[in-house]
Amino acid sequence: MERFAALVDALVYTRSRNEKLRLIASYLRDTADPDRGWALAALTGALDFPAVKSSTIRAMMQQRVDPELWALSRDFVGDTAETASLLWPAPDGEREPAPTVSEAVALLSAMTRANVQAELPRLLDRLDPSGRYALLKLATGAMRIGVSSRLAKVAFAQAFAVAVEEVEEHWHGLTAPYPELFAWAAEGAAPPDTASRPTFRPFMLAHPLEDGTVDLADYAAEWKWDGIRVELVRVNGETRLYSRSGDDISATFPELTDVLPIDAVLDGELLVRGSHQGGEEGGAASFNALQQRLGRKTVSRKMLNEYPAFVRLYDVLMAEGADLRELPWSERRTRLEALMPRLPDSHFDISEIVSAPDFAALAAIRESARDAAIEGLMLKRRDSPYVAGRKAGLWYKWKRDPLLIDCVLMYAQRGSGKRSSFYSDYTFGCWNGDPDDGADLLPVGKAYSGFTDAELKQIDRHVRQHTVNRFGPVREVDRSLVFEVAFDSVHTSKRHKSGLAMRFPRIHRIRWDKPSHEADRIETLSALIRD
Amino acid sequence: MAPALLESSMARDFAWIRPEPHGIHIAPADIWIDPSRPVPRALVTHGHADHARGGHGETIATPETLAIMELRYQTREGARPAQYGETIRLSGGVDATFIPAGHVLGSAQILLEHAGERVVVTGDFKRQPDPTCTPFVTTPCDIFVTEATFGLPVFRHPPIFTELTRLIDRLHADSDRCVLVGAYALGKAQRVIAELRQIGHHDPIYIHGAMERMCRLYENFGIDLGELRLVSDSEKDAMRGAVVICPPSALNDRWSRRLPDPVTAMASGWMQVRQRARQRNVELPLVISDHADWDELTATIEQVDPQESWITHGREEALLRWHQLHQRRARALALVGYEDEDD
Repeated sequence: MERFAALVDALVYTRSRNEKLRLIASYLRDTADPDRGWALAALTGALDFPAVKSSTIRAMMQQRVDPELWALSRDFVGDTAETASLLWPAPDGEREPAPTVSEAVALLSAMTRANVQAELPRLLDRLDPSGRYALLKLATGAMRIGVSSRLAKVAFAQAFAVAVEEVEEHWHGLTAPYPELFAWAAEGAAPPDTASRPTFRPFMLAHPLEDGTVDLADYAAEWKWDGIRVELVRVNGETRLYSRSGDDISATFPELTDVLPIDAVLDGELLVRGSHQGGEEGGAASFNALQQRLGRKTVSRKMLNEYPAFVRLYDVLMAEGADLRELPWSERRTRLEALMPRLPDSHFDISEIVSAPDFAALAAIRESARDAAIEGLMLKRRDSPYVAGRKAGLWYKWKRDPLLIDCVLMYAQRGSGKRSSFYSDYTFGCWNGDPDDGADLLPVGKAYSGFTDAELKQIDRHVRQHTVNRFGPVREVDRSLVFEVAFDSVHTSKRHKSGLAMRFPRIHRIRWDKPSHEADRIETLSALIRD
Repeated sequence: MAPALLESSMARDFAWIRPEPHGIHIAPADIWIDPSRPVPRALVTHGHADHARGGHGETIATPETLAIMELRYQTREGARPAQYGETIRLSGGVDATFIPAGHVLGSAQILLEHAGERVVVTGDFKRQPDPTCTPFVTTPCDIFVTEATFGLPVFRHPPIFTELTRLIDRLHADSDRCVLVGAYALGKAQRVIAELRQIGHHDPIYIHGAMERMCRLYENFGIDLGELRLVSDSEKDAMRGAVVICPPSALNDRWSRRLPDPVTAMASGWMQVRQRARQRNVELPLVISDHADWDELTATIEQVDPQESWITHGREEALLRWHQLHQRRARALALVGYEDEDD
């Protein structure tokens, strides 16, 4: 565990990508199986210990530290695991020897909700502060140390001088601690057999279309739907659903795992059906509805009935044994259309092509789109092969212009991580009447993006100088600063006092110049509802 | 004077000493402690710029602090030295005694006595040993005016030995590079150098030009810093495998381009928190502080055992909470102008 803790700390303090690669590669080379496999799984977020969550750590610390001192410390440090690692009351006398990574993983796996509050402390007692930090990060599965799974794969490839494409191809479908992967790369054994398993293929992504135009003779347009991008893979009759990052989310959407009648790899948008949620008749509901289904490990029958999921297909990567990724988009589109009659329309439809005589006409269509499930348009080069990642000039996303409203800053909270010393999360409100007649502000949303680092410093200073109340990490400020807030849509919500919930709110401009009583009223915002 | 009689016949309200936004004011003597703007008469605890401003009519401080102020402000006008342990009679029946604070060379707590009441103003202090200054002396008092720069229980400064061992290990691991240590130019830099000498590192240490005069001042007061060389006088290759010390502001400055591929280190109590180190682009964080950590702060308050603590600056909320949990009285003063970001 000491070596792993030292690696984690070194990665935290290293900015250079090459240096990170060097650190991980040398760890992987110099560490024995299965420790290195578990470490790799930890770095790429592939470990899950159901009994150990951030809330477990909080509960454990509540028994040992005054809650207010805990809250102030957590607020300052900006990270629960790190705060706990520093505040942990180390036992007197000699420490028991630190566990190996494998032993720690075995002990963490064996923990249950019933015994975690007794077992986790015993493990922490065996470690120094840096070891405690690494252990808690590994246990909660949130390393957040600037190592993407892509970076880990490149480091793996570097460590053993193998091609990164091969690593990617073999990686998915294997489980930690990846003995087959190390045997292949480090010892020259035969590569793991993944062709016969439903593994993830990296997505093709789009660049934003900034100011330019494209020639519609070369590019096809289709709607960009406001759901989550998914890949549905069936191999040898076994189906898996993957999210954009390659996470297996089959368990969250079980209704999609037994409806694909052929072996194929399909790219599409996962949506929830229902016109009552602001969608077209029989079609897609707003993202608000889909949100009910996300992040669940198990799904109730009621959920399945109320928020039925389906996939609106964009592309086909493989079908019945043939890899179609080298074909031009237009050819793949023809194949996809030909496939549609064989797919059950209860769970699949196709994302329609949007035709327009010229780009100006297309712009008009984009502006007039009223459907809440439409985020904008995609522009795809008709001759583009399906290539992993974001390749210049092939696909563009062209989002609808955001809606704008002027709100007043009400509360600010300190951020996490690099922003832990800054008030960077803002709650803002609109007036519930005429502010000159004594109307009040009601919170309508929260945002923590859309400003530059220099603006963040200015807002942070404003918050500190205009604080009227403190609630732990939150400061209430006087109502003097106006934000122009950009957002994609607004919906009714029972969870908020204002009865409204914004989608993707972000700070568009800071209106230092605007008096707060001139900010917008609630009724202006509710007029934009399209539920 | 009959303190016992006073205590029983009148409420102890300590009206003679008041925290104002720009410093602590002692009305009977019309004198300020560490004022953040020019005043006719000032008592100064130590030489850091946020406590020792220039432009006062009269300044009472230790000889070391006065020398530091003279170096900074090029004037000795109105300087009145006070030795450790020496009691100075001010007007209005106020006595001031300078007591070692263990923070930097010449740093002092100031004990103020008036009408049988005792107030100790610590300025900044620490309890860890430091070869460059006189150790902190615990002084019983009614009101203990303390700092709280590291007033959160997450701050536990490790022994400086373990931190410097990590520095030396890194020096050996990357012997064709240098380790560039960002350290406050007054106090921290000289302490790091002196401690490195104590653990047997006798190679030349390279320093940034802005530190030269302060290092000489320390040497003039008898602190041995070994062989120091100026970076500006040195060849790049000579600095491979060497320790280089600069003010924190120079760490990511163009200045550091003249160094041989430096490993960026910083000696500061803030380095305890990973994201603070990341914010400063530090690769090798060294948790070395000239302030009391949480355990030192709370242990000191228990030893001094005052009727009430006043907290001048830092993370006062947590220290207030600690007082509440231990049934002790405390208040936060909200003084302006004390900065602690670089320690």
